[in-house]
Amino acid sequence: MSSLIAWILRAIPFGTIIMYGALGEIVTEKSGNLNLGVPGIMYLGGFAGFASAYYYENLAQNPNSVVCVILALVCTLIASALGGLIYAFLTITLRANQNVTGLALTTFGMGVANFFGVFILDGASYTAAPLANKAFSAKIPVLSKMGVVGQVVFGYGFLVYAAVILAIVLHWFFTRTRTGLNLRAVGENPATADAAGISVTKYKYIATCAGAAICGVGGLYYVLDYNQGIWATTGQIEALGWLALALVIFTTWKPLNAIWGAYLFGILYWLYQFLPSLLGVSVPSYMTDLIQMLPYVVTIVVLVAVSLRKKKENQPPAHLGLAYFREER
Amino acid sequence: MSSQKTNSEPLVRIAKREGATFPQKVLVRAVAILLALVVDAIFIYFVTGLNPISVYGVMWNGTFMNTTRFSWAMRDLSSLLCIAIALAPAFKMRFWNIGAEGQVLIGGLVTALIMVYFGTSLPAPALFAAMVLGSMLAGGLWGLVPAWFKSRWNTNETLFTLMMNYVATSIVACMTNIMRGQASSLGTLNKGTKAGWMPVVAGQRYTINIIIVIVLTFAMYAYLRYSKQGYEISVVGESENTARYAGINVRRVTIRTMLISGALCGLCGFMIVSGRDQTISTTTAGGNGFTAIIVAWLAKFNTFYMALISFLLIFLQRGASEIASAYSLNEYAADIITGIILFFILGSEFFINYRLIWRHGKKEGK
Repeated sequence: MSSLIAWILRAIPFGTIIMYGALGEIVTEKSGNLNLGVPGIMYLGGFAGFASAYYYENLAQNPNSVVCVILALVCTLIASALGGLIYAFLTITLRANQNVTGLALTTFGMGVANFFGVFILDGASYTAAPLANKAFSAKIPVLSKMGVVGQVVFGYGFLVYAAVILAIVLHWFFTRTRTGLNLRAVGENPATADAAGISVTKYKYIATCAGAAICGVGGLYYVLDYNQGIWATTGQIEALGWLALALVIFTTWKPLNAIWGAYLFGILYWLYQFLPSLLGVSVPSYMTDLIQMLPYVVTIVVLVAVSLRKKKENQPPAHLGLAYFREER
Repeated sequence: MSSQKTNSEPLVRIAKREGATFPQKVLVRAVAILLALVVDAIFIYFVTGLNPISVYGVMWNGTFMNTTRFSWAMRDLSSLLCIAIALAPAFKMRFWNIGAEGQVLIGGLVTALIMVYFGTSLPAPALFAAMVLGSMLAGGLWGLVPAWFKSRWNTNETLFTLMMNYVATSIVACMTNIMRGQASSLGTLNKGTKAGWMPVVAGQRYTINIIIVIVLTFAMYAYLRYSKQGYEISVVGESENTARYAGINVRRVTIRTMLISGALCGLCGFMIVSGRDQTISTTTAGGNGFTAIIVAWLAKFNTFYMALISFLLIFLQRGASEIASAYSLNEYAADIITGIILFFILGSEFFINYRLIWRHGKKEGK
């Protein structure tokens, strides 16, 4: 039982990172832009959040945790939205190929974060922002102490709950609001949307930048909460970014599915650690990597199943990955 | 929206440009690269305070200073270019093979396994034949699976091939852990016997790699340009319906092309393991599988342009690692500089495919 709880306590924070990435990418993809720059954007967001919190902690006289949280969040949102803006300008205005631009953005984002990260590290192998970490991972005061249920349900930093709320809000946005429906129309058939008087360019720009900003929060959550406020030069965020892209497919582009999908991915990812104690199965250490492969395999299965069943509501946006040019037929 | 006055023509509008001439294309790209270098110079100056011109000088030396360095550049170039060549037929068919990284890894893994387990029992020619065939089969299989689903049920190949990368990475991680046993890392394979190592030619083990890639550059160019299969690929890429109407079996072309693409990626894995690294790890492909996508796309499937673009990127990478050590920066500068250059080249395509029409006069965009 206790190992089951430990498992869930690992899986939910892990899921939250990729949930942000996936939610942001869903917003972007609903506008018809397939942004493969998610890993790069998560790097940008995570680094901007960490750097701002780190400098605030070290330079301010009496660092205040509320200010620290707001500052880190704002910097993350701005940095990752700027990353999205580069992508948006190249793919929407200049009609560059989306896949290629996204991959270039991933290279660029990783480079920026790790390059400037080294200046903060200043020779050390890692640096920490303890105050920000404390603020971001603060559990809900009273409720998290209420036994097992309290621990499992309320024992996380506030961004975990924000992600769930965001998923619900996005679901409402895509199905119940005029703007959300317009956005989906842009992703499905921009020519029709254009004819209906929807500004395709505007929608695509805003969706791409907003989506990127949400992705960036995933990077922020990884650095300041999941990774205990520690910045180190790693390739870990990149792997998480690709996993977020996998999650988008897994959810069949529906924000609500991202909630349980993300936690399921978290459970699968940590499966190797809890298999022995839970099921009494002893796993040789070299099997770890094969078990960690499961989320990707599950995604492939879902991808194939979706294409097999051809249910209309499960398909990717019809115009995904294609640039729109009004005069083209 | 409401007031449609006579003067409502926008300041600038965009029209499709049909067939930009060759000098125009060269000019646009040269301007883009030049602008990117200027932006990079500004970046270098503001971050490090160094004179950008002398930094570029150091970068130049990092690639061209002596023959050893130049041969390193050629070695890296051959890996990148080989993957780009492998991707060319798939991309020409508008099949987004994002899975080169995985196809290279799995090809390299099979090579490494054959090296280790048959290194002593097979004579050298048979060993090399097994490694080449094995790596090509493995890479081909990795390309075949998404292609089969795409041709059968129109499964999104971009996402499928992307996922296959991580399946391959995990398998490689698992197998290297088995192969290393109790050691902390895998290290060089067959260190004592050197079985399955590419022979040394002209002082370097990777000379044969370079020769193979040069041959592939010409062969793929000819295949895409002059062969019937190459023509079929371009028809399918332009329009599947047209291809069907012309009696081309789209499914067969899709599967065959992806087999070729995957097999060549696998072959690249073989060359990296046998001719360059003599070991295998999850970073054997080193992101080249993704960079090659950009190379193949920018070169518009022309293998000779690919060589040029690969060379530019390798020059930047080697140069950036050179400035990293010369000015005690870190090598991630390479990623930033490369990223900026790629953004500019990608953006410049717009000015080749479209032209700007200003409101007054007949002035055209560059």
